Amino acid sequence: MNLKELYQEIILDHGKNPRNLRKTENFNKDAKGHNPLCGDKVHIYLKLNENKKIEDISFEGQGCAISMASASIMTDLVKGKEEFEVKEIVNDFLDMIKEKDELNNNILQEDDKTKLMCLSGVKQYPMRVKCATLSWHTLTSAINNTQEEINTESN
Amino acid sequence: MNISEIKKEFPIFDNKIQNNDLVYLDSANSSQKPKVVIDRVYDFYTKEFSNVGRSVHYLAVAATNLYENTRSSVQKYINARDKNEIVFTKGATEAINLVANTFGQKYLNEGDEVLITELEHHSNYVPWHFLRKSKKINIEFAEVNDDGEITLESIEKKITNKTKIIGITHLSNVTGAILPIKEIISLAHSKGIPVLVDGCQGAPHLKLDMQDLDCDFYAISGHKMYGPTGIGILYAKKKWLEDLPPYQGGGGMISEVKKTGISYGELPNKYEAGTMATAQVIAFNESIKFLEKIGIENLQKHERELLNYANEVLRKNNSINIVGNPSVKGGVISFTVEGIHPHDIATILDEDGVAIRAGHHCCQILHEKLGLSATARASFGVYNTKDDIDQLNESLNKCKKIFDLK
Repeated sequence: MNLKELYQEIILDHGKNPRNLRKTENFNKDAKGHNPLCGDKVHIYLKLNENKKIEDISFEGQGCAISMASASIMTDLVKGKEEFEVKEIVNDFLDMIKEKDELNNNILQEDDKTKLMCLSGVKQYPMRVKCATLSWHTLTSAINNTQEEINTESN
Repeated sequence: MNISEIKKEFPIFDNKIQNNDLVYLDSANSSQKPKVVIDRVYDFYTKEFSNVGRSVHYLAVAATNLYENTRSSVQKYINARDKNEIVFTKGATEAINLVANTFGQKYLNEGDEVLITELEHHSNYVPWHFLRKSKKINIEFAEVNDDGEITLESIEKKITNKTKIIGITHLSNVTGAILPIKEIISLAHSKGIPVLVDGCQGAPHLKLDMQDLDCDFYAISGHKMYGPTGIGILYAKKKWLEDLPPYQGGGGMISEVKKTGISYGELPNKYEAGTMATAQVIAFNESIKFLEKIGIENLQKHERELLNYANEVLRKNNSINIVGNPSVKGGVISFTVEGIHPHDIATILDEDGVAIRAGHHCCQILHEKLGLSATARASFGVYNTKDDIDQLNESLNKCKKIFDLK
């Protein structure tokens, strides 16, 4: 593992030009996340329809290339998915970042999985894992409507 | 001063870090240790170990003498009036907590004000914050100016008749500003207000003279002064140490213990409860000797040269913004690179063996004021050279290349 694998083109691209960096109109769920160590902040907005399908997802925030890219890719991939599917994707991603070698869910297409695996480089940089997972934890919080700000430093 | 010879005294530079020569630019966080200090810890444990101050056997007496020798060396190094004005702690953080806790207990009441500055490290804010709840005090912040400095006027502006103590840093760990603490202390004293100086960054780089400064409290971190971790120093005027209550209770700090009451030990034992970081205190004497051998004037000259060179090099580099522009500055440069987050910079630099710090450097108040979520920081020690700064610059250019910036 080297730096090139961490800062792949796709990460740099999403980091520089994050997709869905805006605020969803008429959102019905949202949550904030904060990593006080880096100063990274994210606010995720969801619009779920009556069938609990994500009609729109967006985020506002600031942070390093890894955290911005992670939020950008995540929002792209979960849009149009149903809530239970999103939960499975989130858990699968977090397991992969923590220990597993690959993604095991049957929801995402192979292309999308490959995109997501670009973030796996962060595993070699333990101090940076939180950058990659902040938006994912925040998404879970939004779905569960916990109204609790995710803080990477309080467990 | 021959830096390449001095650098050889630091074993960490003998080894490659991830196949690179180490370019260590994180001394404001913690400095590397010379071999004499490392050896002293080893030798003490292998040949001389005993607890201090209790037993009467040979090793205990010898260890106690060594431990007290460090106290005398520190007293001399900082020109304190009395040896008993030197209290060992686990770090500067504990030293500040000791003052906030004991001074707060005795002298702070509802509505009283503690005046600190926007430059303070969290360790000189959070201990006072505790008293907001327990004592209902208020904390006032002297404002930092656009150059990242705290002026005498900014302190004066915030002093009221409720100000009971002032806590200020000697040298900012972010902007590098050296504060006019002698003037601030003299102003505070003219109004009967005691002053605590957070000397974490000041002590490793500046000449210290407690009698000349006339401060009431001065907190020092050992591990930033080429010493071991786990040791700090609280200098406090004797009148305060005699007047304030003890901080922690336990063995070593008592005189007589009865079911009906307890009397406390003489200074400095009163503030050194339990078994202290004995080996580290003893090894810290070697850090003092190391600094004395180099000479603080030589060290300052060297760091000033590095700082000037780094300023020159980094200012030439487009898209690098240096944070703050204090007129009197120590060997710390915080910066941002447009378009690249400091954590990405730190990770990319790390691959070249360049160790810097990225984040808020435990100064969230200052970063909020500056409108920055994080900065990157290079800080210097005695072992750094101009080559290190060239490597820093080269690695920063690599960051820009990766992020496709010009």
